[in-house]
Order: sequence, then structure tokens, then C-alpha cells
Amino acid sequence: MTLLNGLLPPYIESIAITVGIYIIMALGLNLITGVTGQLSLGHAAYMSIGAYASAIVSLQLGMPFIFALLAGGIAAGIFGLIIGYPTLRLTGDYLAIATLGFGEIVKSLLFNMPIVGGAMGLAGIPYKSTLTVTFILVVIVIWMMLRVERSRFGRALLAIREDDIAAECYGINTSLYKVKMFVLGTFIAGIGGALWAHKIMVLQPRDFGFMKSIEILNMVVLGGLGSIPGTVLGAIVLTSIPEVLRFSSDYRMLLYGALLVIMMRFRPNGLLGGVDVTKLVKKSIKSITGSNFTNKEKKKVKGGD
Amino acid sequence: MLSIQDIHVKYGAIRAVMGISFEVKAGEIVALIGANGAGKTTSLRTISGLVKPEQGKIFYNDLELTSMPAHKIVEMGISQVPEGRRVFPLMSVQENLEMGAFTRKDKNKIKDDMKKIFQRFPRLEERKNQSAGTLSGGEQQMLAIGRALMSNPKLLLMDEPSMGLAPMLVQEIFKIIREINSEGTTILLVEQNARMALSIANRAYVLETGEVVISGDAKELAENKEVQKAYLGL
Ligand SMILES: Nc1ncnc2c1ncn2[C@@H]1O[C@H](COP(=O)(O)OP(=O)(O)OP(=O)(O)O)[C@@H](O)[C@H]1O
Ligand SMILES: [Mg+2]
Repeated sequence: MTLLNGLLPPYIESIAITVGIYIIMALGLNLITGVTGQLSLGHAAYMSIGAYASAIVSLQLGMPFIFALLAGGIAAGIFGLIIGYPTLRLTGDYLAIATLGFGEIVKSLLFNMPIVGGAMGLAGIPYKSTLTVTFILVVIVIWMMLRVERSRFGRALLAIREDDIAAECYGINTSLYKVKMFVLGTFIAGIGGALWAHKIMVLQPRDFGFMKSIEILNMVVLGGLGSIPGTVLGAIVLTSIPEVLRFSSDYRMLLYGALLVIMMRFRPNGLLGGVDVTKLVKKSIKSITGSNFTNKEKKKVKGGD
Repeated sequence: MLSIQDIHVKYGAIRAVMGISFEVKAGEIVALIGANGAGKTTSLRTISGLVKPEQGKIFYNDLELTSMPAHKIVEMGISQVPEGRRVFPLMSVQENLEMGAFTRKDKNKIKDDMKKIFQRFPRLEERKNQSAGTLSGGEQQMLAIGRALMSNPKLLLMDEPSMGLAPMLVQEIFKIIREINSEGTTILLVEQNARMALSIANRAYVLETGEVVISGDAKELAENKEVQKAYLGL
């Protein structure tokens, strides 16, 4: 279980774990916003619920990490159900508004609840999110998302994104699927939050504001809405850039913003938006093993959203 | 087969349908005609369960559909070709057809049915891997019809299948509607093109601002002076 730990210099290892956590967070949001087309502006709130719930399980109950992880996921998923059930049944952008409000409510509740330390936050959370644990969870979440993508459930979600009225016409119970999908997406956010809590070891409500939700949304949009490899790449790029730019601390956010703008200018559908990665890999293998194919085919783009 | 009994439908404060009743018998083609905003689309949406009437009842072979959710209604054998086609633009032609069979579990029969649809619409087969958003309007209409047929419906609701198509294609689409009907699918057809609709329908209902104003045998309606003046431009 300690396969990867200590392999990298501590600073790099720490960044790698952070990248892994953001990959998980972004994949959860990609399911909601990328695959199903439902805009959520409160992903960080579900992260914070997972983080606090898991921290309490570790601190108060002293249970093994796996229970803390599950508690984080389940707690976030329950709140996903509470917000998703009433709003996702309506057409329109009610989810965006509800999640936006929910994010602020969660933050101020955490600020004012003594049991989670209020503004002081929670400290002394044990360090459990090693590189190995994070890596395993990233693999599991990617595998799950690939499974979903290829399932009947996944096709229904895509149909809902493309045209929810037509989807309903052909027998897809759109509200049920949307609610299920939202619970799964927020569950994954809770897992990400639990990992975060057991890496940082200190939780404060202000770490989980609106800007954090937008950061995660950026990863999904930058990578290419709906694309699993794109989302992973988006999370890697946007988590590492601020670290790479750390040398110029004054201009860091400015450069970050400029980079975002430049990337969106040249790849408006996201880095891997509309690229069929499986096909691309198959074709590259073919080309390496000697059969003919053109560059045009490789770049075959399905079009964006 | 289908019986609509005095349904009233509102969108917020807008009263779209105000007490419509009509009937469709097994094997028929029934046309609903009427001007823009008469409530034709709303009537079809209500049958499909996409909107709920605030008053009135809908029966399908003695089973009440009125409060049934849309996906259950599809499972019962009622499928809709929606107004404006509404294909899934980023999915391929084949994936669109597969979505039409979403409620079915009989994998082998689904494959057979897809073959049949490709026989009926060879243009779709040629383009089966093309994304639906890049099809021409006529091809999209064929895809929308094919997709609705993939649920193996006993009753097919069609909302303005000729909208925006060139005269040649309109002819072709109406020929296909007739074929689908003669192979045993009952059809409820909403049309602006009253002349074409009356020429293939058995019976028809004329809607005006949310109410049925005239109804009867399609041939007789085509002879009716008022209908001729208002809808056939004679
Ligand atoms: N989603 C909606 N919200 C509010 N009002 C609506 C909605 N859909 C339809 N209406 C209104 O209901 C009335 C009936 O509309 P409907 O679409 O059923 O007409 P239609 O007979 O299908 O017309 P057309 O031939 O133009 O398609 C219209 O006055 C329309 O403005
Ligand atoms: Mg209409």
C-alpha cells in the first residue's frame, strides 16, 4: 500500500496528491456539467461537506480512513439529493442558482457551527491521503466514469444534454436520471473533500468558497466538457500552473488568467473537446506499427457543444 | 384506441388548450389541422405526458394516461416525432436510432428493426456514422421518424413532419407515413399543410384557439367551404 509514497521529492509528491484530488473533483463535476449539461456552481460546497464529515469521523470516532472516505462521499451525496431532487425536475437553470446559494449557505453554516470549529476550523486531522491512496482512488474514479460513459445510463445522460425534451419523448425518465447522476457527482466530490481533509489536516470554511467551485469548473471547461481524458488533463494543467508560476507571485493570477484566455482562444471546445481519444490512440498505434493513415483522420473532430 | 376527453392545458397563465375532445381508432390516420398557436403541439405533448392537463382525461385502450409519466407512456406503445425534429445533434445517426429503442430490452428485435428502418431510409444507412446535426433538414426528419419507430409504437404521433421541406420531400414523407400506417401503426398527424394531411387522413379535426371547431371525414372536410377558405387557400 505504500508503493508510490516517498518515490518523489516531498514538494512534488504533495503537488501530485493535490493534482489527484482535483482530478477526482473535476471528474465529478464533468459528469454533472460536461456529460449531462447541468450547470453546478457549488461543487466546492460538496467538497467541504465531504471534508468536514470525514474529518469528524476520523477525529471523533477514530475510525479507519476508508470509513472517513465513505462518510465524506455519502454526506455530500445526501446533500446532492436534497438540492438536486427539487431543482433538477424543473427545466431551466435552477440548479445553477440553487447550487450557488447552497455554496454560500454551507460556508456560513460552517463558520457558525461550534462543533466544526467555526471560523477557526478543524485541526489535527490525521494525514492519510498518501500518494498511493490518492492514486488508487483516481484510478477507481476514472474507471467508474468510463463505465458510466459506456452504459445505458451514460447514453441517457448524453441524450438529456443534447435535447432533454426529445430524451423524454423516447422514454428516458429525465428527472430520475438527472437526480441519480447528481448524487453520484456530489458523492465523488465528497470523496475528493475527504482526501483533501486528510492531506491538508486543517479545515477552514473559507477554503471552500465560490472561487474554488469556479476553479473546478474551469478544469472541466478547459479540458473539454464531457471528455474524461480532457477533464483529467484540465485538472493537471490548472493545478500545476499556479505552482509553476509561483516564482512570480505578484503576477501569478494575472498570468493564470491570461493563459486561460489564450487556451480558450485556440481550443474553444477545450483541450480535448470533441477528440475521440480511444480512436486517436488506436490510430497512433496503427501508424507506429506501419499502416498508413493521414493526419487529417487523426484530428477528426466531432464538434463541440 | 385513443380517447381525449375535454382536456384543458395551461402554461402558467396562458391557456393553450381549452376543452379539446377527440378520438383515434386503431388503424386510422387522424389529422389535427389548424393555424399557428391553435394548440396542436400542446395536444400531442399532453398525450405523450410531457405536459399535464389541469382538467380532462386521456384514455388509451381503456387505460388512463392522464397522470402517467412520459417514459411509461412510451413503454405502452405511444411514440412521438416532435415538432422541429429534435435529433440529438452530436450523436451519430445510428446512436440516435438506438436512443429511440431506449425502453426496449429485446436486443435481437431491435437490430432487425434498425435494419428495416435502413431499408425504408437508405439515405440514413449511408450516413449512419455521421453526426445527426450535420444532416440536411429532410434527412433529419427521416431520422426523427426512424427514431420514433425504433420504440416499436402502436400509435405514432407526428408533429408537422413536412415543416420546412421542399415539395418533393413532402411528397416522399407523406408516402412514408401512408406506408407506416398500412403496416399496422395508427397515426395521429398534426399538420399545417392541410391539403396533404386531408389527402392521406381518414378523419380530421380542425383546431382554433384551443378548441375543436370542425371535425369529420377527411374527404368531406376537404370539400367543406369554410375549411377550403381558411386552410386550403381556395
Ligand atoms: N412552453 C410554453 N410556454 C408558454 N406558452 C406556450 C408554450 N408552448 C406553447 N405556448 C402557447 O400555447 C399556445 C398553443 O401553442 P401550440 O404550440 O400548442 O400551438 P400549435 O398549434 O402547435 O402552433 P404551430 O402550428 O405554430 O406549431 C400558443 O399560444 C403558444 O404561445
Ligand atoms: Mg406546433
